[in-house]
Amino acid sequence: MNWEVVIGLEIHTQLTTKSKLFSGAAVGFGAEPNTQTTLVDLGMPGALPVFNKEALRMAVMFGHSINAEIGMTSVFARKNYFYPDLPKGYQTSQMDHPIVGKGYLDVTLEDGTTSRIGITRAHLEEDAGKSLHEDFQGMTGIDLNRSSTPLLEIVSEPDIRSAKEAVAYVKMIHSIVTYLGICDGNMAEGSMRCDINISLRPKGQEEYGTRTEIKNVNSFRFIEKAIYTEIERQADILEDGGRIIQETRLYDPEKNETRSMRSKEDANDYRYFPCPDLLPIILTQEYVDGIKATLPELPSQKAERFQSEHKLSEYDANVLSSSRAMADYFEDTNKVVQDAKLSANWVMGELSKLLNQEQLEIQDSPVNASALGELLARVKDNTINGKTAKDVLQSMWNGEGSADEIIEAKGLKQVTDTGAIEAMIQTILDANATQVEQYRSADEDKQKKMIGFFVGQVMKASQGKANPSVVNPILARMLKG
Amino acid sequence: MYEQSISTLAQQLRNKDISSVELTNLFLKRITDLDPALNSFITVSSDIALAQAAQADALLQSGQGSSLTGIPIAHKDLFCTQGTLTTCGSKMLNNFIPPYESTVTSRIQQAGAVMLGKTNMDEFAMGSSNENSYYGAVKNPWNLETVPGGSSGGSAAAIAAGLAVAATGTDTGGSIRQPASFCGITGLKPTYGRVSRFGMIAYASSLDQAGPMAKSAEDCAHLMQAMSGFDEKDSTSSETPNDDYLSNINTPLTGLKIGLPKEYFGDGLDSNVADIIMAAVKEFEKLGATVKEVSLPNLQLSIPSYYVIAPSEASSNLSRFDGVRFGHRCDNPKDLLDMYMRSRSEGFGTEVQKRIMVGTYALSEGYYDAYYLKAQKIRRLIKQDFVNALNEVDVIMGPVAPTTAFGLGSKTSDPVAMYLEDIYTLSVNLAGIPAMSVPAGFANNMPVGLQIMGNYFAEAKLLNIAHQYQQHTDWHLQTPTMAKGA
Repeated sequence: MNWEVVIGLEIHTQLTTKSKLFSGAAVGFGAEPNTQTTLVDLGMPGALPVFNKEALRMAVMFGHSINAEIGMTSVFARKNYFYPDLPKGYQTSQMDHPIVGKGYLDVTLEDGTTSRIGITRAHLEEDAGKSLHEDFQGMTGIDLNRSSTPLLEIVSEPDIRSAKEAVAYVKMIHSIVTYLGICDGNMAEGSMRCDINISLRPKGQEEYGTRTEIKNVNSFRFIEKAIYTEIERQADILEDGGRIIQETRLYDPEKNETRSMRSKEDANDYRYFPCPDLLPIILTQEYVDGIKATLPELPSQKAERFQSEHKLSEYDANVLSSSRAMADYFEDTNKVVQDAKLSANWVMGELSKLLNQEQLEIQDSPVNASALGELLARVKDNTINGKTAKDVLQSMWNGEGSADEIIEAKGLKQVTDTGAIEAMIQTILDANATQVEQYRSADEDKQKKMIGFFVGQVMKASQGKANPSVVNPILARMLKG
Repeated sequence: MYEQSISTLAQQLRNKDISSVELTNLFLKRITDLDPALNSFITVSSDIALAQAAQADALLQSGQGSSLTGIPIAHKDLFCTQGTLTTCGSKMLNNFIPPYESTVTSRIQQAGAVMLGKTNMDEFAMGSSNENSYYGAVKNPWNLETVPGGSSGGSAAAIAAGLAVAATGTDTGGSIRQPASFCGITGLKPTYGRVSRFGMIAYASSLDQAGPMAKSAEDCAHLMQAMSGFDEKDSTSSETPNDDYLSNINTPLTGLKIGLPKEYFGDGLDSNVADIIMAAVKEFEKLGATVKEVSLPNLQLSIPSYYVIAPSEASSNLSRFDGVRFGHRCDNPKDLLDMYMRSRSEGFGTEVQKRIMVGTYALSEGYYDAYYLKAQKIRRLIKQDFVNALNEVDVIMGPVAPTTAFGLGSKTSDPVAMYLEDIYTLSVNLAGIPAMSVPAGFANNMPVGLQIMGNYFAEAKLLNIAHQYQQHTDWHLQTPTMAKGA
């Protein structure tokens, strides 16, 4: 049977507010357990939540970025369930009236195809704490530092039809929230987590199959692998005439398999109702429009501008705009060089290679954008050639100084003095009389192949410093005899 | 001395006729002597009280302080008090010493009042007789065989017996007004949002409101001066500026328009109580008020609406009592579920468990629309009834409760009869308006309270009306015999 996969995603993004969603406690990763908590986060009797308006601003920014309706009246609701790291016995979330309503994103795949993914809603909610099952001799420790950390949960329509499309969508959300500065995007630390709803149906069938939900997947690679694994598992069951059980599953990256956590029958009845401790949030058009005016240029807008303004290819523009840090780096480099193609090639090429080798993010690069720009300016004005520039970049990376300092100190300046080059060539021609004879008696096609030998000799003799654009015409003239 | 008003005591403290330490010792001795018969206190904080009294004396010595400075009062045991046991009348919290102070108690402390202790109450404020306390029932000082009303029964009994000058209470469905009526004292439930709920252990968040309880309206005004006003720690507290509750207290009542809702005088109202209410209304006519009939047509629906909304919120509010971080935890739990189930079954009393179950049911999938949403719709109708009536008149008057204080144990087996006790008070909480209970006479040898209901944020008006009435009557000055025994 030919199956079509139907995927919907729920992405939890942790907002970069300084304090928590409903308390003044600091938000941070890695602090000593229970040191970033207030009465509110501990669920003390009589403690009351106070809404952090910064989270509201961030949610509205996101709403604008996905072409969404903004909820002019949004309401916090309580989601009731018992768990030791849920101190109040309910999670304060939004149900019927989310802050961000319907929106969409256009997602472009590597093959250039674009599809529109609907976004059902995005709502604000507080995170729970953490249960620690190790180091407590059969007991469980509770750390409430994460309790009440603000999350924006972004819920997509079941519009996604492949693992690749899912990853492209998540990457795009990742890129938007980091562009907006509302999430640090650090998936390893759980700043972005993904629940994947997935079902199969025979191609051409209208109605959806029974779905499963894979909880808390936290890397692009795992999202893709978890989907492939789950498609395979569901297809095997369906092809054997079996039925899919609606349930929550967990992806195990080590075994590359999903396994059942709980079925629908065990599911909680969350008894949602409007939180009586918080008033509805009522927005004015002025507030909503004011936030729209503060939006930075978004990835898709940036990619378009890179094509029109810098005449970059669509591919280069998309790669460079995929993260705000890379786009900024590229633009800062180009500000110095004033050569977009050259800047783009080096940022995407040599610099990215060095970053990958040391697993560094571009914002942590030991060579900053203007330093790279100065190096490329020396390529552009023929002070050094591209090959030498790679060595200089490596030296800059090692902290040996600026491009000019290294070029100077190592004497890497290209020789462009015609007289000096003529003399050098004459010496080489004299020393290689046989090859010169062969060259002169060859036809034009062969000569083109043979000239490389002489160029190589010149570069060797000049220790790479001879400027190829000066060498080539002189060499051709002198070889003619 | 124990019968004096706050104004008088404040003057005596300033005149050095008495020191706050002496006054505090006097009340502490009265508590030691009389409270064994009443059980109105859960905790008596003698050390704190005497330390605060000494501080107050120092302040008064230097000519500073407010009218509350040095005045011994009590707090209902659901206000969190830093370092002092706060039980909410429950076994669940019989080991809970809050690490922080509620806004209400903190403001009253700032004003210089002395905290004698924490008063008994129905567990988690759920009850109308103060029989639902883990710490035992409270007795009515006017007749030790009867209930003081609830849930702020400890505060009401303590004031009536002269064990505290005044006290704080909370009112979710009548919990200030009904015990005030039963014990012959004055109580005010302010507009929802007028007094901060921060540090008040929640029963039903959209209905809970703290307020003053004292012998007179003027004393209540002194307490309101300190406790009310916006609090950034409570998102539902109102930014409407505070009134001065004392400056207009002597305004004459000429031209006051009183509405009498016919639904408050129907079946179920004790005829002796009805007579007293009508006599009080006559008194107001003498003071220049006019009276007309108004209608609150949805009154009967306030009981079902309240008993869906309040338990629904309670079922969620009380989820935090899970044995994990504070409060009662069962011995040797065998797993998580066992810990939850036994901690909560052991820690909560019957009435609390009943309301948690009712609320859980009402919020469940498939029932939510039929119960919770419908109750909210009724709530809007009830609110609209009051808005309409208060467009015609300045205040609405009626009884606080259909009867006087009933016998201990007489209604514990009949929950519906117990719930009907609140018929005249619940609708005020559902609408969010302020209301008072003012002593208006005696029926069956027990006190009867007149209820005065006003428009949103009309506390100053209500206190003015009650104070004028008390200038011409002496019902609020009556003292039960047992109080004179010490």
